[in-house]
Amino acid sequence: METVYVICVGVLTFCGVFLCLRGRTFSVVLGLTMLSYAVNLFLFSSGRLSLNGAAILGMADEYADPLPQALTLTAIVIGFAMIAFVVILAIRARADLGNDFVDGREPPDTDKLVKKEEEKA
Amino acid sequence: MSLFWITAILLLGVLVPVLTERFGRTTTTICTMFAPAVALTYILTLLPEVLSGGVVIEYLEWIPTIGLSLSMRLDGLSLIFALLILGIGLLIILYARYYLSEKEAVGRFFAYLILFMTAMLSIVLSNNVLQLWMAWEVTSISSFLLISFWSAKTESRKGARMALTVTGAGGLALLAGLLLVGDIVGSYELSVILASGDLIREHALYPVALILILLGAFTKSAQFPFHFWLPHAMAAPTPVSAYLHSATMVKAGIFLLARMYPVLSGTEMWFLIVSMTGLITLLIGAYVALFKHDLKGLLAYSTISHLGLITLLLGLDTKLAAVAAIFHIMNHAVFKASLFMAAGIIDHESGTRDMRKLNGLWRFMPYTATLAMVAAASMAGVPLFNGFLSKEMFLAETLHSSALGFLSWVIPVLATLAGIFAVAYSMRFIHDVFFNGEPIDLPKTPHEPPRYMKIPIEILVVLCLLVGMFPEFLIGNLLSSAASSVIVGELPYYSLAIWHGFNFPLLMSVVAICGGLLVYTYRRHLFKFQARFKDSDEKLVFEQTIQRLVNKATAIHEYFNNGSLQRYVACMLVFAITITAVPLLNLNTVKRHLPDQAISGVEITAAIILCLSAVATVIYHRKRMLALVTISVVGLITSIAFARFSAPDLALTQLSVEVVTVILLMLALYFLPQKTASESAPSRVVRDLAIAAGVAGLVATINYAFITQPLDTISEFFLANSKTGGGGTNAVNVILVDFRGLDTLGEILVLGIAALGIFKLLSRVRLSMSSANENGLPWSEDSHPPILTMISQSLLPLALLVSFYIFLRGHNMPGGGFIAGLITSVALIQQYIAHGVDWVKPRIKVDYQVLIALGVLIAALTGVGSWFFDRPFMTTWFDYFDIPFIGEIELASALIFDLGVYLTVVGATLLILANLGKLTSVHRPTAEE
Repeated sequence: METVYVICVGVLTFCGVFLCLRGRTFSVVLGLTMLSYAVNLFLFSSGRLSLNGAAILGMADEYADPLPQALTLTAIVIGFAMIAFVVILAIRARADLGNDFVDGREPPDTDKLVKKEEEKA
Repeated sequence: MSLFWITAILLLGVLVPVLTERFGRTTTTICTMFAPAVALTYILTLLPEVLSGGVVIEYLEWIPTIGLSLSMRLDGLSLIFALLILGIGLLIILYARYYLSEKEAVGRFFAYLILFMTAMLSIVLSNNVLQLWMAWEVTSISSFLLISFWSAKTESRKGARMALTVTGAGGLALLAGLLLVGDIVGSYELSVILASGDLIREHALYPVALILILLGAFTKSAQFPFHFWLPHAMAAPTPVSAYLHSATMVKAGIFLLARMYPVLSGTEMWFLIVSMTGLITLLIGAYVALFKHDLKGLLAYSTISHLGLITLLLGLDTKLAAVAAIFHIMNHAVFKASLFMAAGIIDHESGTRDMRKLNGLWRFMPYTATLAMVAAASMAGVPLFNGFLSKEMFLAETLHSSALGFLSWVIPVLATLAGIFAVAYSMRFIHDVFFNGEPIDLPKTPHEPPRYMKIPIEILVVLCLLVGMFPEFLIGNLLSSAASSVIVGELPYYSLAIWHGFNFPLLMSVVAICGGLLVYTYRRHLFKFQARFKDSDEKLVFEQTIQRLVNKATAIHEYFNNGSLQRYVACMLVFAITITAVPLLNLNTVKRHLPDQAISGVEITAAIILCLSAVATVIYHRKRMLALVTISVVGLITSIAFARFSAPDLALTQLSVEVVTVILLMLALYFLPQKTASESAPSRVVRDLAIAAGVAGLVATINYAFITQPLDTISEFFLANSKTGGGGTNAVNVILVDFRGLDTLGEILVLGIAALGIFKLLSRVRLSMSSANENGLPWSEDSHPPILTMISQSLLPLALLVSFYIFLRGHNMPGGGFIAGLITSVALIQQYIAHGVDWVKPRIKVDYQVLIALGVLIAALTGVGSWFFDRPFMTTWFDYFDIPFIGEIELASALIFDLGVYLTVVGATLLILANLGKLTSVHRPTAEE
């Protein structure tokens, strides 16, 4: 089971990093979201994987490690705040700069670019 | 009174001129002089103690736990410097009153001056090398402010910048050197360092420390090849120049050399570097001074030359040389200050400092001329003036030096040569300005300055004369006490008499005076010869070098900071891969300790769905809506995974966050372009795939490495104390609100700050929205479907009830403030979605910002509350109560803390989403593109 779990974390990291390296804000946001899943799973697994062992006293014979869970719980909420912040930053950038590029160039208007591609297709 | 008061009073004195400026120049001047006068008086009361060989050392504990304390020291060396700084400083203040005009910011000027004085005094009175260094840097900064006082002039700004750059860079070297010394000795206290000279000199790092400290001293004292900043600091108002060149600033470097003399000197390296630097500076300064047409320029180079002389003395390997150095420090300060002030008067009253125009001023200002002549004679080393005495000692010591072995004869010869030039430029200062024909079109008709402007010069000139004639009587004690704090062991015998009989030094003096007169007489030939050299402008060279540096730095900066997030992320990740991968390469001991647990079909299916939808998100990331659907599948599976692996709290949190995130992203989609054009070059895609694979491989490897190790956790404590200490059976929640409550407080604070940041970002944002979806279909006008409206309305109370229940049970069962807050938020946001902002707004009259503040406040106050019961911050309390009809219930302060968490989460989430959602209604349907 550990092997499969680790593979899943790896795949999520892979997808997250790749999306973060794209040149548009929305892809970066998707990438960050994906990365935060990966990171949360990664951190959580430091308490090892245990089945039917929720850390509620009296409910199981052997408890899962509650500490990584508590840390991950706040990480999830903070992760949301971070993603929300990035999203709003992206919207603000789009409003102020007129595009959603993050690769540092001064591009023509994004929507025109999309239209052009549609015409080509 | 204590030595610390001196700094304190002077620091307060910085404010005085600023506050009294509006009462006029004279009042300001008098008030400004108060603080230095008090300090001077106090130091004079300590005079007998120090002169009798005592050293006043005072400590003030600052941060004792890390061994930092402030300490002050007043010994003979500090004493003469303190007297010079305060005494000449007072005269400078008086002089500046008349030098600066009514229109100038006198208050600001005096404030800078006092600040500078404070810094200088702190250097000389410091008993801790770090403290000394701090003051050293303050002198650099305050001298920058003083030099650039006339900031409207380009040369002032450039000169100030140059001084700051050179002395500031030297200051950094000094810091490194002092840290090394401190490290070698094991203490930064000067009294300890001064006692461990042998330890330092024999240490392997001694050469490094020595060179670094010398760099600091040489840059400050304008020694070759760092001398070029000093002439450009001339752009300062003359009182500043007079002060910088005599008792302060450039003397700080000399002071440092003298201070560290007992510790650093005594080695071949010290003698060679210090004496050679001094000799070169002495010669260059004296030679160049002769050719300067600017009055202050001449004096500036003569300062450089005299500083070289003192440095040379400190670098000679005889004890007497050190005595002579200290003697010359005092003499130079006195005559140089008076000469600068005289130059300032000439400039002030005639409108120019150009010696080609200034001629025959004797007729206009005979009194000033007399004063200047005395001072200049002292500078030239004419008998009966103080400069003669120390110069005589200097010449005598050059004869005794054996620093250069068999070539040591070079030193006295070159010293005499420099003496010749010193006489020549002193002659020029007097003859060219006060005699030598008639003035050539001066901007003003020169006249004697106001009475009080001359007083400072008079005092100094009288000192020149008195010291020159009665040296032993006036300063014998002062000099011997200063010398004994520089020289280790017995003071050598010396006599401060004017007449030592016919001897070799006297001959050298005579040669210098006669040679100087000859050189001056035939100066035209020399000038003609000098004119054949190309005039090199140090300022230009300096500015070019700086510009080149800046260009290089900008180029590097722009390469890495080109505005492309992709590049930053790529660089960062590659770096992260490297530093993580390298240790892994050497890690061969990772053995699997635990076998994999058995896996069931459910888990395999979930894993496959997770991976597939993640990959699908990547593949379809340009079709944004589709990508959103696939990524939400990933989130869902993640929360299921949490549930499966015994983390119900996490599962609940992840699930509710998932809902909020998807709503957020959908709103974002509305404002962002609907589609992404494919624009990555194939090579870029390959590169990114490689980076992603690298990072993912590493993360997975590390994860696998630790996940298969036996668990060694500190959580036993939490599990054991959760019920007894925290009063709840849900260990995760107890950790959050009790054991690690402070972390959670920080966490909700961050959440609140993020929400407020978003609120700010969204205020007055101007958005253009597309009026149609990605396929060109216009948005539906029917924005609120009735079925959703009806259902959501009836769901609301239910949802709120559920969240209340989850909140209450959180301490004992999965749930708690975070999860309840998210559920409440989702329920409320659903109302926004179903009815629109306009409908909700009048019905929910809650200010979300207030909600956040309230939440954080409640959580923090719960923590503070424990202080009232004499417990540490955040101690929780709980107890059980028996309430009729309901039964035994538990009341815990943690519940109130959790309420704070709950409120913050609700406030933050709604602030973010409602604000973003509001934009859709306010602007709609104005968009067109």
